Amino acid sequence: MTMTAPALVDFDEALTRYEPVMGLEVHVELNTATKMFCGCPAVFGGEPNTNVCPVCLGLPGALPVVNEKAVESAIRIGLALNCEIAEWCRFARKNYFYPDMPKNFQTSQYDEPIAFDGWMDVELDGETYRVEIERAHMEEDTGKSSHMGGATGRIHGADYSLLDYNRAGIPLIEIVTRPIFVPGDKAPAVARAYVQQLRDLILALDVSDARMDQGSLRADVNLSLRPVGVSTLGTRTETKNVNSFRSVERAVRYEISRHAAILDDGGLILQETRHFHEDTGTTSSGREKSDADDYRYFPEPDLAPVAPSREWVESLRATLPEPPGERRRRLQGEWGFSDLEMRDTVGAGALDLVAATIASGAPAAAARKWWLSELARRANEQGVDLAALPITPADVAAIQKLVEAGSINDKLARQVFDGVLAGEGTPDEVVQKRGLAVVSDEGALSSAVDRAIEANPDVADKIRAGKVAAAGALIGAVMKEMRGQADAGRVRELIISKLT
Amino acid sequence: MSSSDSDLTALTAAELADKLASGETTSVEVTQAFLDRIDSLDGELHSFLHVDHDGAKAAAVDVDARRGAGESFPSLAGVPIAVKDLLCTVGQPTTCGSRILEGWQPPYDATVVSRLRRAGMPILGKTNLDEFAMGSSTEHSAYGPTRNPWDTDRTPGGSGGGSAAAVAARLAPVAVGTDTGGSIRQPGALTGTVGVKPTYGGVSRYGIVAMASSLDQAGPVTRTVLDAALLHEIIGGHDPMDSTSLDAPVPGIVEAARRGDVSGLRIGVVKELGGEGFQSGVQARFEESVAMLTEAGATVVEVSCPSFAQALATYYLVMPSEVSSNLARFDAMRYGLRVFPEGVGDPSAEQVMAATRDAGFGDEVKRRIILGTYALSSGYYDAYYGSAQKVRALVARDFDRAFEQADVLVSPTAPTTAFKMGEKLDDPMAMYLQDVATIPANLAGIPGLSLPAGLAEDGLPVGVQFLAPLQADDRLYNAAAALERMLLDKWGGPLLAPLATTSEVPA
Repeated sequence: MTMTAPALVDFDEALTRYEPVMGLEVHVELNTATKMFCGCPAVFGGEPNTNVCPVCLGLPGALPVVNEKAVESAIRIGLALNCEIAEWCRFARKNYFYPDMPKNFQTSQYDEPIAFDGWMDVELDGETYRVEIERAHMEEDTGKSSHMGGATGRIHGADYSLLDYNRAGIPLIEIVTRPIFVPGDKAPAVARAYVQQLRDLILALDVSDARMDQGSLRADVNLSLRPVGVSTLGTRTETKNVNSFRSVERAVRYEISRHAAILDDGGLILQETRHFHEDTGTTSSGREKSDADDYRYFPEPDLAPVAPSREWVESLRATLPEPPGERRRRLQGEWGFSDLEMRDTVGAGALDLVAATIASGAPAAAARKWWLSELARRANEQGVDLAALPITPADVAAIQKLVEAGSINDKLARQVFDGVLAGEGTPDEVVQKRGLAVVSDEGALSSAVDRAIEANPDVADKIRAGKVAAAGALIGAVMKEMRGQADAGRVRELIISKLT
Repeated sequence: MSSSDSDLTALTAAELADKLASGETTSVEVTQAFLDRIDSLDGELHSFLHVDHDGAKAAAVDVDARRGAGESFPSLAGVPIAVKDLLCTVGQPTTCGSRILEGWQPPYDATVVSRLRRAGMPILGKTNLDEFAMGSSTEHSAYGPTRNPWDTDRTPGGSGGGSAAAVAARLAPVAVGTDTGGSIRQPGALTGTVGVKPTYGGVSRYGIVAMASSLDQAGPVTRTVLDAALLHEIIGGHDPMDSTSLDAPVPGIVEAARRGDVSGLRIGVVKELGGEGFQSGVQARFEESVAMLTEAGATVVEVSCPSFAQALATYYLVMPSEVSSNLARFDAMRYGLRVFPEGVGDPSAEQVMAATRDAGFGDEVKRRIILGTYALSSGYYDAYYGSAQKVRALVARDFDRAFEQADVLVSPTAPTTAFKMGEKLDDPMAMYLQDVATIPANLAGIPGLSLPAGLAEDGLPVGVQFLAPLQADDRLYNAAAALERMLLDKWGGPLLAPLATTSEVPA
């Protein structure tokens, strides 16, 4: 059988006949020092199979012990999502055979999650959509399989597989929403905004580095359609391998179009796992999944129940950061950003950087300008996160101070950024080493202006005739002569005063 | 071989410890005496799957040297020990009596094993067992059965038949066993040895290959109550590596074993554990034991535990369910046997897993995996596993009520004396019934002890079982020590298996 591209119905057209219902499952890899059930470093990557021990390798006789820090993180996530925290809950074994599972069962939670019945308000274009959280539960990650020799990198068709158990046992929190009912046209954006805001929350809680590109935050998108006016839910598909916020949105859109085409044709949606493809924005069939999948869950007899005292829970509640939505609204007011500016700042992952730069003394607009233009461009070029650039908010504020003092101009400031990013030292040191201070010798500047006027008589005439805007050409000439090391504002003043 | 060496193997662990402490003998001498006896007699018994001559001797040399240098040790330092082959041991294979782990060398020691090493007890070797401790006769070992030193045509019980036979035949002064439904106590009864299942959580399970996690418990296999208490004290106590380990001090068990005073003690005879289905000679020895305890000042009451009628059925839902999950890890991917399916070119991982498990597991293990898989299946879970958990709670409640009326409970340990090899092999239900009196303690987590109570009409040993409330293991030792003293007085010394009295040790 050859793969044929499935028929699709235009997104807007699909919504005239069907209502989408979504469910989102987000896995968050915790940043605890050690694994969920043993003392191995919870560091994924590195030499394969080095961060392993009898427990996370599932050797005969080995027994798990719960990582208290992971429970603490789970409770804090639960509280931040307005959940109830269980007074008593157990782990359960999810039994299935797979080579990357050392014990051939995953120690997870089943019908007794640590946190349940919560919600998160998702803000989008000035509207608030309440997403109900069914549960947040603790589990261990599996090892990582690399399927070698096949064309697809998937297990099917591979010659052999390599297994790395460094990831096995890293603590995960799975956050599951209740079915999300929002106007169909908003569904893709709400899904994206939910994952984005959940990530902000996780980062604010400092429980994970929450990087979708690296898999420390993974989102599975469940989607079903039902004809408009029908109350029962349709059959859902579960789309995995959704590795960016943008992909969350695209996956929802694509599945809506695909489901609609099948339903229009009188077909049945297959309950299955699907894989999202970043390059094409499409999904393809993965493992067929049905309610017949039987994981034979039962309470994990090797672990004592988790019974967090109410005192502990309340003391953890006191450690919660300001809810991200409230914080964003507060900061936007304080900074005087427009909605668009604020959205761009958040979208670029620059909120905390901008805040810290402002705290170091820079004006809000300047802080935003440097991070979102100059530095965002460089991060983009290098393919790294803004926060990963080797420059601190304090450096950015110091550069801005130099600009305000007239010691450097914007153009020179870019060279200071270069120097700081290249590890040449603090902004002051870079200015010194590179000799970047603007020329403030009025005599030199004045003669340069005179030479520019002489060389460009036509332009000078226009300015004399009142076309002040033409001064730019002369400023450019002066700046060129001064090799950029002049204060453009002062040059402009000199030109105008000499010609009018 | 000098006669003094064979004399050493006749001593109890406590007596050996005294001689070692006083310098009358050395651990090297004692350990060598037992190794010689193993070499001489275990060809017939097959109580060991692996004998570690070099490791045991090296440990003996080490403890002698350190003692000579003035180091002080716990009670049993220098006394050698045998360990059931279900416990992980560095430097010795751990097979669990299964083909699937043939030759597997664990990279770590079970907590019990590291405690034995720290206590200076040389490990003689690993004892035979029913595969993964599943069975009541040691006939389900993939490496062949163990024979009973009282009659080598009979089984020593199981699953810990290897440890029990070794101790009964004086191939080891003491041994460690594990008890999930009676695997220490029933072999104790069938071989005339003392076997203790401590309170669940009293001894760490870390490094003991799990059969049924909520039921498994390691404990002592010895010839006297005092030896059991001394060993229990060494292996017991909290272990942070086992989440189900009790974080409480081990009760004063050695002191209780030395006390042995039942005056004023209320002893409850469990109505449901005796009578019909119990061999007459077993019942007779049990009743005599109760009479002796009464003479010694105990008050005897009859208690009823009605839910025990469902205990065996409950056990055969809970245990296989946990087995089906615990044994899933044996899949040929990381360690142990790997079998490629016949006639399949380029087999998948799943096909290798299936072929390995088919070839590596014996029938009884497969039977329990299938039972457990079924019991946990969606749609059957509530009816089977769910109901079993409810009955389990009822069993615990029956015990709670019984312990309101009595300080310790007593029953015969096993319904029969040692049975013939092969007799019950094709009748799983008959085999399972061997554990009818021992299983309730595992379901409730309470401690139990089996003490030799004499010989039945067939000349084979009978065990009497003592049961105590959770974490009251000391009560077992106190009551059993009292009865043991009276029985030894009556018999004029311990009852020894014919094979235990043989001195056919090569010169």
